[in-house]
Amino acid sequence: MRALPRWVDILLLPVLNVVLAFLVGGLIVLAVGQNPLQAVGIMLYGAFGYGSGFGYTLYYTTDFIFAGLAVSLAYHAGLFNIGPEGQAYIGGLGVILIGLALNGVSWMFVFPLMIICGAAFGAAWAFVPGYLQAKRGSHIVITTILFNFIAASLMSFLITRVLKPAGVNSDESAPLDALTRVPQLRSFIELFKNSPVNITFFLAIAALGFVYWLIWHTKFGYRVRALGHNPTAANYAGISNQKMIMIVMAMAGALAAMVAVNNVGGVQGRLILNFVNGAGFVGIAVAFMGRAHPVGVGLSALLFGVLYQGGQELAFQMPGITREMIVTLQALVILFTGAMGDMLRAPLARLFSAPAGGKQ
Amino acid sequence: MNLVDITLILDSTVRLAIPLILACLAGLFSERAGIVDIGLEGKLLASAFAAAAMSAVTGSAWAGLCAGIGAAFLFSAIHGLASINLKGNQTISGVALNFLAAGLTTFLGQSWFKRGGYTPQLSGDQRFSPITLPFANELKEVPVIGQIYWELISGHNIITYFAFLAVPITAWVLFRTRFGLRLRAVGENPKAIDTAGISVTALRYQALIITAVLVGIGGTYLSIAQSAGFNNNMSAGRGYIALAALIFAKWRPGPALLVCLMFGFLDAVQLRIQGVQFPIVGEVPVQFIQMLPYILTVILLAGFIGRAIAPKASGIPYTKER
Repeated sequence: MRALPRWVDILLLPVLNVVLAFLVGGLIVLAVGQNPLQAVGIMLYGAFGYGSGFGYTLYYTTDFIFAGLAVSLAYHAGLFNIGPEGQAYIGGLGVILIGLALNGVSWMFVFPLMIICGAAFGAAWAFVPGYLQAKRGSHIVITTILFNFIAASLMSFLITRVLKPAGVNSDESAPLDALTRVPQLRSFIELFKNSPVNITFFLAIAALGFVYWLIWHTKFGYRVRALGHNPTAANYAGISNQKMIMIVMAMAGALAAMVAVNNVGGVQGRLILNFVNGAGFVGIAVAFMGRAHPVGVGLSALLFGVLYQGGQELAFQMPGITREMIVTLQALVILFTGAMGDMLRAPLARLFSAPAGGKQ
Repeated sequence: MNLVDITLILDSTVRLAIPLILACLAGLFSERAGIVDIGLEGKLLASAFAAAAMSAVTGSAWAGLCAGIGAAFLFSAIHGLASINLKGNQTISGVALNFLAAGLTTFLGQSWFKRGGYTPQLSGDQRFSPITLPFANELKEVPVIGQIYWELISGHNIITYFAFLAVPITAWVLFRTRFGLRLRAVGENPKAIDTAGISVTALRYQALIITAVLVGIGGTYLSIAQSAGFNNNMSAGRGYIALAALIFAKWRPGPALLVCLMFGFLDAVQLRIQGVQFPIVGEVPVQFIQMLPYILTVILLAGFIGRAIAPKASGIPYTKER
């Protein structure tokens, strides 16, 4: 097949795929007798129209950037990590343990430790599937799925039986002191009113930059990409594939665990049941939509942030459309940008068959 | 623990294992043909919803069954289009289908029935009701044998009996028919099948159709045989458990039945021992029993208790040489 011009390949094709996903989503909304355009309007207003709405959008975006990067980083090494949900959940354990141990100490001291401790827990959790893939040949997809379930049961046990203080009815850990919690942006910026966006947002932006630098500007990143493109060649070039698989999975787990810093450290201030609430899975859609590139991941995380926050607004204003429509859209995005991503490649190749800047 | 307790646990083992058995056999057909089916979970959920919705509207359980199979067909068609025709990544397609089912069932359920994603409660002909086998009533009073016959063997619905029947049928089709031979071959070496002049695409679609029928019946069982209506995310990971069982059974029908029964048993025990004090260990947290199937599968996959080797061409789209 003829190669596509570069701009078509990295810009037009992904955009068309996303448009296709939203068109199908719009048709579904239309099919139940609702107006998709009106829905889009309400969502945009809910996501950007007022301060706290915008704050919520950025809060969700923070989660999705971390989860998206966790999937993307592994994807560059040819590993499909479906486990950010569980990795983030376990990361929450690290965050709350260090937080409770240093409860009452200023966040300036605890915040970096929350990052390190959360990352360590998430990394350890993701390392196991990495190890099993590298050394024992179990398939990473299946193992990470299973690990999500194991994480859910394990955390449910720890929260309800171990961390829950005596005399508390709801299933949650003891709370963190206000001093120890990660500060929310509303304490500096009036605009964000009562929204939960906190300084973890800046950590997410930094993580985007870090992953970009790591993948494309370091020897390590070169090894990761070599492994993803051709494991045999990578091995021949002297790269230890096994070691790389384990390191990359651990790093992905650490990235996913930052969702917990945002949520447990910055918003809840305690460990609650199922706090990840699907953010890890959104990471899959974000990674495919963003083509595993940090710029793409940042933009698609923002889009999903808009969808999630806008979806809340939608649920108030148009009772006919529930928040689950967003999960449906998420599925369609994964389907059209991931599984069927090359559907439009052949027609586009015919359209742009003149070698206009495209390499053969 | 007496005979009654044991029969009751075994009885609920059977009830809980049925959707696993059907989904597992469904996965067996597609994976044996070389198509990885992570989307079993989504198909179970979608057909559970379709069956309950159709049954609520028409009042007929059989119409519900058709709708359940229909929904699984639709999902299989998307999976086939993505993974057979477009040669896309089968895992990603399966993951997408799972989210699609989770989102669509609740969304459509709320739009159509306005009960927060639940379908209306079903009763009478809207459900598959228990069938009393011949002489069950008469034998009920006979100790041991009569009790077991009445409690464990009789009194299930038609889907349950079908599921048990489906296991030997699957084994026969797979290992004793020409179609089965071709199906296994296309999962191991599609090029050989192609060279023999048989269409790889057609065979794989046939496998997906069988998958859809089986998993559709499994989903239908969840909502209109086991329960009296659909509720949000009612498949609750059973599709993944079935997938785990399939791996555990090394893609063979007989062992698949046993593994599904074992996982069903764990589930039944888990429901039973909540809050029960045991000697020495005390109360066993339910979460540990919930984890067990997953942990066992991880250990198996890692090759610590025998090796599970998937069909060779599983997950790889077939491209003819030009």
